[in-house]
Amino acid sequence: MKLTIPEEEIMGHGHLACQGCGGALAMRYTLKTLGRNTVLSVPACCWSVIDGPFPHSAVNIPVFHTAFEAAASTASGIKAGFEIQGKDVNVVAWAGDGGTYDIGIQALSGAAERNDDILYICYDNEAYMNTGVQRSGSTPLKAWTTTTPVAHPKDRPKKDLISIMAAHRMPYIATASVAYPEDLTEKLEKAKSIKGTRFLLIFSPCPPGWRADPKNTVKLARLAVETKVFNLLEIENGLDWRITKKIRKPKPVIEYLKLQGRFRHLTEDDVSLIQENVEKEWNILMNKVGE
Amino acid sequence: MAKRKIISGNHAVAEAAIKAGCRFFAGYPITPSSEIAEKLSEVLPKYGGRFIQMEDELASMGAVIGASLTGAKVLTATSGPGFSLKQENLGFAIMAEIPVVVVNVQRGGPSTGLPTFTSQQDLMQARWGRHGDQEIIVLMPDSVQETYDLTIRAFNLAEKYRTPVILLSDEVISHMSEPVDIPDEVEIVDRAKPDVPPEEYYPFDSSKGLVPPLAPYGTGYRYHITGLNHDKTGFPSNDPEIVHNQMLRKLNKIRKNTDDIVEVEEFKLKGAKYAIFALGSVGRTAKQTVINLRKEGVPIGVFRPKTLWPFPEKEIIELGKKVEKIFVIELNYGQIIGEVERWVSKYTEVEWYGRATGRLIPPREIGAFIKEKIE
Repeated sequence: MKLTIPEEEIMGHGHLACQGCGGALAMRYTLKTLGRNTVLSVPACCWSVIDGPFPHSAVNIPVFHTAFEAAASTASGIKAGFEIQGKDVNVVAWAGDGGTYDIGIQALSGAAERNDDILYICYDNEAYMNTGVQRSGSTPLKAWTTTTPVAHPKDRPKKDLISIMAAHRMPYIATASVAYPEDLTEKLEKAKSIKGTRFLLIFSPCPPGWRADPKNTVKLARLAVETKVFNLLEIENGLDWRITKKIRKPKPVIEYLKLQGRFRHLTEDDVSLIQENVEKEWNILMNKVGE
Repeated sequence: MAKRKIISGNHAVAEAAIKAGCRFFAGYPITPSSEIAEKLSEVLPKYGGRFIQMEDELASMGAVIGASLTGAKVLTATSGPGFSLKQENLGFAIMAEIPVVVVNVQRGGPSTGLPTFTSQQDLMQARWGRHGDQEIIVLMPDSVQETYDLTIRAFNLAEKYRTPVILLSDEVISHMSEPVDIPDEVEIVDRAKPDVPPEEYYPFDSSKGLVPPLAPYGTGYRYHITGLNHDKTGFPSNDPEIVHNQMLRKLNKIRKNTDDIVEVEEFKLKGAKYAIFALGSVGRTAKQTVINLRKEGVPIGVFRPKTLWPFPEKEIIELGKKVEKIFVIELNYGQIIGEVERWVSKYTEVEWYGRATGRLIPPREIGAFIKEKIE
């Protein structure tokens, strides 16, 4: 059997991620695929801590730990600097969902509109985990966070960032999951080969923030896809939408929700509402895919 | 009967805000201030208030300004880089004279700095972080109790002077828990409302005194708010005389009321030959230093402004005339020393000691420095 995931480990041992961190897995696969000719622009997020203090730095490539709102703009600058020197380096903005969906979206939109030659990767754990689990624009409907207490959990669904990015008509957009490393690796390879702004959203469960068992990280990421809560797709030039992992027999969302403490307060009505929302979003997506 | 309970500095801000009548909070997560938002997300709806987590810091500042214009008492809280990001809209609130309370829990800087450790490096940023001439009220607590008390005071001063007030806490005060006496009744100040009908109302009318009444939006009083220099109607003006007079009024509403705004704590200063100048959490180590040194016979006390800005000029000059030396102890690399020297250097000597490593400076170390300087 042909191994599709590169063997070389660039990310080292001794990182400071929590047990079962989806974000750590996402970085590991990303670096394997992109290789050492890569620099990272990382805003405030878990990974600004996970990388660890010298000499235990876990990524073995240059990291520019930038300001919260500046992942994309710093990456744009780094790339421009390399370009005027004639150097060909993968410049990657690596941000969490807070730094992408919320405070960083202006810089991301600016880069995408200019089509700056950067790869923007959001490892999405659906809240501000590094500062203590506050809600973000990516937090799903009805989820508990420390700023959406169970008395009034989040009353809006996760922001459809992928459609926002598609509206930029940028060369390449994809969603991926740490539970599907081959799919993730293929998308990273493709993104690497394309010039212009590329955006990748990697679904990355967070056991402490989701109040979930660390052993269930991959299981949860897989269930999110199998329940159609998070769909694996890619979009070329903002218009050609394609599902990369088709789910023949979708599971009910309860299978995914019941493994997470952040959904422990849900009533049956809440679960039905979430299920309905998943169906609604799926139909919207199917219209775009054209199936 | 006051109720005593043990809470953290950040929770004291949240409880005091509710007590002061705050019913709107907009914020953005940032260590070490996030607990204020978390607590208020839970509590505000119970009081018919509204909590919004915004998409960034500047937006949080914009939302509280908007809510305040409707007549609500409003709060936002931040720290470090978040305080930097708020500055543009904070300047707007100063220019447009909108009451807002901003908590800045200081952490190590510059930039991302030391997110989980203390510092006092924002003293000058609190004063001058925005472009343009301005006065600002900044309060600094040294305990959880004082955090509670000064939060209420911050709301009252914001309402009274129709201006932003900054509560400048730090990571030590915000994260430690102490017993706090929660009073049943506190003095509450509400902003002045117009005493004229809408057609005679001007939001920046200097003939109404230094603090013209602010009509809540939605009550029939139609007026213009802008960050541009403006005349009494609120509409933009480039007229040098109008600009000058409006600027002077905005500055003077603070400058001419320093006696009302300034509060200082004097600890064992009676008959003291030396004084430590300390702010916020440093006040605690300074007091312990004084207790230690007094046992060794050193006549020393602590001078601690609870109001950092406007600076307690009169009080520090009085002190300067009485003591032989003032020791300024700071959790930074020399900020407020300049202001202290500006007022007292012709009366007394000033010595400085400090650093910003994220930790408090132990009393024994401050004591050793002082003894070396007075021998």
